[in-house]
Amino acid sequence: MDEIFGIPVQAFLGQLLLGLVNGSFYAMLSLGLAVIFGLLGIVNFAHGALYMIGAYVAWLSLEKFGLNYWVALVLSPLVVGALGVLIEKTLLKHLYKLDPLYGLLLTFGLALIAEGVFREQFGVSGQQYSVPELLQGATDLGFMVLPNYRAWVVVASLTICLGTWFLLEKTSLGATLRAGTENPALVQAFGINVPVMVTLTYAGGAALAALAGVLAAPVIQITPLMGSNLIIVVFAVVVIGGMGSILGSILTGVVLGVVEGLTKVFYPEASSIVVFVIMAIVLVIRPAGLFGKEK
Amino acid sequence: MTFKKMTRIASACLFAGAATLAGGAAQAQISGDVIRIGIITDMSGLYSDIDGPAGVEAVRMAVADAGGTINGKKVEVVFADHQNKPDVAASKAREWFDQQGLDMLIGGTNSGAALAMAGVAAEKKKPFLVIGAGGSALTNERCTPYTVHWAYDTVALAKGTGSAVVKAGGKSWYFLTADYAFGHALQNDTANVVKASGGTVAGAVRHPLSASDFSSFLLQAQSSKADILGLANAGGDTINAVKAANEFGITKKMKLAGLLVFINDVHSLGLKNTQGMYITDSWYWNQNAETRAWSRKFFEKFKRMPSSLQAADYSAALNYLKAVKATGTDDGDKVLAQMRKTPVNDVFTKNGTIRADGRLVHDMYLMQVKTPEQSKEPWDYYNVVETIKGEAAWTTKAESKCELWK
Repeated sequence: MDEIFGIPVQAFLGQLLLGLVNGSFYAMLSLGLAVIFGLLGIVNFAHGALYMIGAYVAWLSLEKFGLNYWVALVLSPLVVGALGVLIEKTLLKHLYKLDPLYGLLLTFGLALIAEGVFREQFGVSGQQYSVPELLQGATDLGFMVLPNYRAWVVVASLTICLGTWFLLEKTSLGATLRAGTENPALVQAFGINVPVMVTLTYAGGAALAALAGVLAAPVIQITPLMGSNLIIVVFAVVVIGGMGSILGSILTGVVLGVVEGLTKVFYPEASSIVVFVIMAIVLVIRPAGLFGKEK
Repeated sequence: MTFKKMTRIASACLFAGAATLAGGAAQAQISGDVIRIGIITDMSGLYSDIDGPAGVEAVRMAVADAGGTINGKKVEVVFADHQNKPDVAASKAREWFDQQGLDMLIGGTNSGAALAMAGVAAEKKKPFLVIGAGGSALTNERCTPYTVHWAYDTVALAKGTGSAVVKAGGKSWYFLTADYAFGHALQNDTANVVKASGGTVAGAVRHPLSASDFSSFLLQAQSSKADILGLANAGGDTINAVKAANEFGITKKMKLAGLLVFINDVHSLGLKNTQGMYITDSWYWNQNAETRAWSRKFFEKFKRMPSSLQAADYSAALNYLKAVKATGTDDGDKVLAQMRKTPVNDVFTKNGTIRADGRLVHDMYLMQVKTPEQSKEPWDYYNVVETIKGEAAWTTKAESKCELWK
């Protein structure tokens, strides 16, 4: 049998595909972070908590109201998006003139509060959420058996990521948003309501996190700690890709997912730090990140 | 020097001497007029459901059942969160012993934290009852005269689940191991048992603690073509590994052996994902009328059934208080001597005895997770397959490296 770096080609392809699945999650979460940082200048540490709340909304709507996965896929981003509006309107808007550190501290505090409340309410062992019937089962690809749901995750998240990228880069709404980040005063002078735009951007980022949470709910255990386990890696992804770079964070997310997946084969003990090693190297060579602009 | 001065000095000396004597006498009884029990465990992290706040409450239940006071002295319970950090655990224990007059310490989950606290307790000559931590080193190469290991350890888990699975036909094993001391110990102990029972070990893959995705590791396990996938991890890691194994169809070709699985994990995963799994535990709520009655009281408070650790928390505190009552003192050495000569008979176990190395020797249970059809009510999850008698469950004298047991 043919081998790549000493492992059979089939196993290699399997690991590549799994890396792609994880990479899609990274891409979706880092995309939201990048958008929020780009427009608000806020390092949104609450992103992991919003992702966790997204998953819990899906679970609760099934348990309490019998609403299925597909409904949750729409409902959860709406609920968490509304929460985002609340957070931005009442808390974040007071911080824009201050050092970004304050935004980081505030959102970190919010994340701790959210985690604590859910832990108190639901415990840490976690809730289970089944894969929707339509996506149950697995497909034999020859080199591996891929659960249909994981394939769906890749398709769904890449579609959403590219859709968001298209919206921001190729439409007039996106142009206005980007102009708002460059020079808010000027955009306001054109009669555009910048504060509302900012609020909606934060809500949009929050909704993306919630969507990722719903997508993750059937594959990993829903626990209050699920966000904090992931958020640090996602931050590293954003830093590597370049803060504020939309396409950069999507690409980096996918690529790092794959790199991490391959590390799990060649040297499993290092799989939890490989992303951070890459981050350190990138920061030394290109401090603005791979796709970031030097200011 | 005048006579007056001399008498003053003499009386001062006398007074000081009398005070020392009185102090000594008080120490031989109840120090500080209060019996203070401390529990340091994971109150907020990934292990906080299996012990945590409900474990503290179980200790309080023991205090209430012991009457709330012993010989007229109040019993007080204090608790702290070690956040799974050994240094936090050790410094909290030291602070309590030095400043709060703590009389007995209960150690919760996390072997690293327990080993750190064991050192402090031995230095202060206070009883240290370990419940949640599983590292067998606590009563082996790291044993002390003050550590008592109450509930379970990695050797018992290996002997229980490991040999049962080999006996049931699972000859070749592959391990999925949490990459830290506890995971390594569990893998080694189990591999030894597997080989001794005639099985083979095909290999192992180590994953970082709190890994979010197991699919990659599972694929590697699958390509080993072993019959059994031994999960040498705990809590959230076990849960996510089992979930992914089902999703990727690993369970069709390999059988899973969860080496440390608590009832909370099974509850969280659901019977569909766990049915047929072998589990070794020190206690199960649905064993007999006595355990059921106690557990229902617990359920009233927490809306969930107690784990074996929470029952052991209760048992440890209750037996400690019985020994304090019998000896009339909270002096560590005297109470421990009393505990060593009194068999443990309560809702947790029958005829448990504390061995020279500090191991509480009691029966362990090999259980199998029920199918969804067999389960009659929520939390009715296990069939007891075999009662592993005390003598067979633990490290033997020949295997032991503990200096106190020679």
